[in-house]
Amino acid sequence: MLEFFISALILTGAIFTFIGSLGLARLQDFYTRIHGPTKATTLGVGSLLVASTLYFTFHEDSISLHEVLVTLFLFITAPVSAHMLCKAALHLELPSLAKLPESQTNSTAPQRQSSKDQHD
Amino acid sequence: MLSYALFIALMLVTASVALSFWRLLRGPSLPDRILALDTLYINTIALLVLLGIHLSSALYFEVALLIAVMGFVGTVAACKYLLRGDIIE
Amino acid sequence: MRRLLPHPLLTLTLAGIWLLLVNSLHPGQIVLGLLLGWMIPLITTQFWPEEVRIHHPVRLLHFICIILIDIVLANFTVARLILGRPGNLKPAFVSIPLELKSDLAISFLANVISLTPGTVSARLSDDRSYLLVHALHLNNTDELVTTIKFRYEKPLKEIFEQC
Repeated sequence: MLEFFISALILTGAIFTFIGSLGLARLQDFYTRIHGPTKATTLGVGSLLVASTLYFTFHEDSISLHEVLVTLFLFITAPVSAHMLCKAALHLELPSLAKLPESQTNSTAPQRQSSKDQHD
Repeated sequence: MLSYALFIALMLVTASVALSFWRLLRGPSLPDRILALDTLYINTIALLVLLGIHLSSALYFEVALLIAVMGFVGTVAACKYLLRGDIIE
Repeated sequence: MRRLLPHPLLTLTLAGIWLLLVNSLHPGQIVLGLLLGWMIPLITTQFWPEEVRIHHPVRLLHFICIILIDIVLANFTVARLILGRPGNLKPAFVSIPLELKSDLAISFLANVISLTPGTVSARLSDDRSYLLVHALHLNNTDELVTTIKFRYEKPLKEIFEQC
């Protein structure tokens, strides 16, 4: 019974991981591509880690919880890196299927200016 | 049963590594490549977890944790570089 | 008391993380974890200008449960969208007016938005009054804005900010 449950978790995790990467390879513009890895992959790896917690807890007769740490870390960092990537893409004004919002021209302006200078 | 599930899961995760690698090579812009690299880290964590279950060894978690930390720092540093043209100011 | 123990919550969190990292509940490890949890905030106290206050701990737990359910549902939605025909997607940028003021609450909200149904937070305006959000598939702009405001922002405001 438990083995069945762990197998089911492993399969769901792997399928979600695969769908996340499929989205990365398949979708058309950067802003839609970013959705695949940040969500599907997080839940995919999350359920793999839950499966491994269960496996090690029942096979080694001692509670194994340090997978929780990896899960927690991934759930905290995945949105942050997605946000940073999206911000960088908006800064570079990558083409998008949706209408791009007008770029901001307030307090980050000096920094943007200086970074442009360094690029040129 | 668990071994069959592990086998299928390993195949799926390997396929997703291949897909992200394809995006890494092809990606038209720099953020695409960084995103592909980030996905590659997460896929590697998944592979390591599966390998840990397969070998019944808890040693691989430290590796997974380190990859998670380094991957996050790398992604953020690369994004900062794109945003500012500089990493340490 | 204030100077000796600047961030009690951080101390407990760090001790918990230490116990998870060494993966044991040995009394020695608990003492070491608490010691680390006491020393690290003391050394890094300059980096934590404002103290984190949680006004309704029970509501925070409730909120986290809602988010976890939403994350799972969101994954199914996004999986369906990815497997469907890419031509059918209607991605859009939406800016959402913010009522939250504190840094922690805003970053919490941005993280929650990135983790839930087909949305990624893209940019915070410089005066912190708007959050730009990219949606993978958008039918109704107003619906998305109301969902985010009532489902996520309102509880966060009650939890992290005195109203």
